[in-house]
Amino acid sequence: MSTSPAFSISGDPLEPDKLKRHLLDSHAGALATFEGWVRNHNEGEAVDRLEYSSYPALANKEGQRIVAEAFEKFEIDAAIAQHRVGLLEIGEIAVWVGVSAAHRGAAFDACRYIIEEIKARVPIWKKEYYSRGATDWVNCHQAT
Amino acid sequence: MPNKLKIQYFALLREQRGLDEETVETKAATAEQLYEELVQKHGFGLPTSSLKVAVNDDFADWNAPLNDGDNVVFIPPVAGG
Repeated sequence: MSTSPAFSISGDPLEPDKLKRHLLDSHAGALATFEGWVRNHNEGEAVDRLEYSSYPALANKEGQRIVAEAFEKFEIDAAIAQHRVGLLEIGEIAVWVGVSAAHRGAAFDACRYIIEEIKARVPIWKKEYYSRGATDWVNCHQAT
Repeated sequence: MPNKLKIQYFALLREQRGLDEETVETKAATAEQLYEELVQKHGFGLPTSSLKVAVNDDFADWNAPLNDGDNVVFIPPVAGG
């Protein structure tokens, strides 16, 4: 088993193949993964690229808590989640979550739990760069 | 005695303040009072109802007392993933 932190923030492109290696476990019969991709639109606006920033001290703590909760709630063997920060182009991976478990149900459930809680609780912010030239911090409802 | 606090800014608040962090001397007793003071000074557009607050790198209650040397962060609505 790996000694990598279960949740981390990365300034470099995420590497699913490498991340997946941390989840290999001879007890596991299922691996569920989730990739969040940068898409070229949001709420009817054409988006050229995204910028993610974080409050690392708290984001790392909260991310670790979420993965620990997944271990308490579901019968899983291993879990890892990584979130990208910096400027991202369309099609790049913004977030990656992987969970291995003896059975698929727990793997799916835990994977979904982790991504939903990351989106709701971890202090990471997204700034959209629109094709029309403007930018906006998502969820702040304030054009800049 | 006023407290000396370190404030870090992220995302929209960082843009509105034009700074990553600053040290302030304040008589504000709670994070809520501190934020109201900063709204008066800097005109931040987000209300406390849409923010969370962290003291010393952990989520905190808006009404918890502030102590000299605390590190305070106001957290705009998150949007990871």
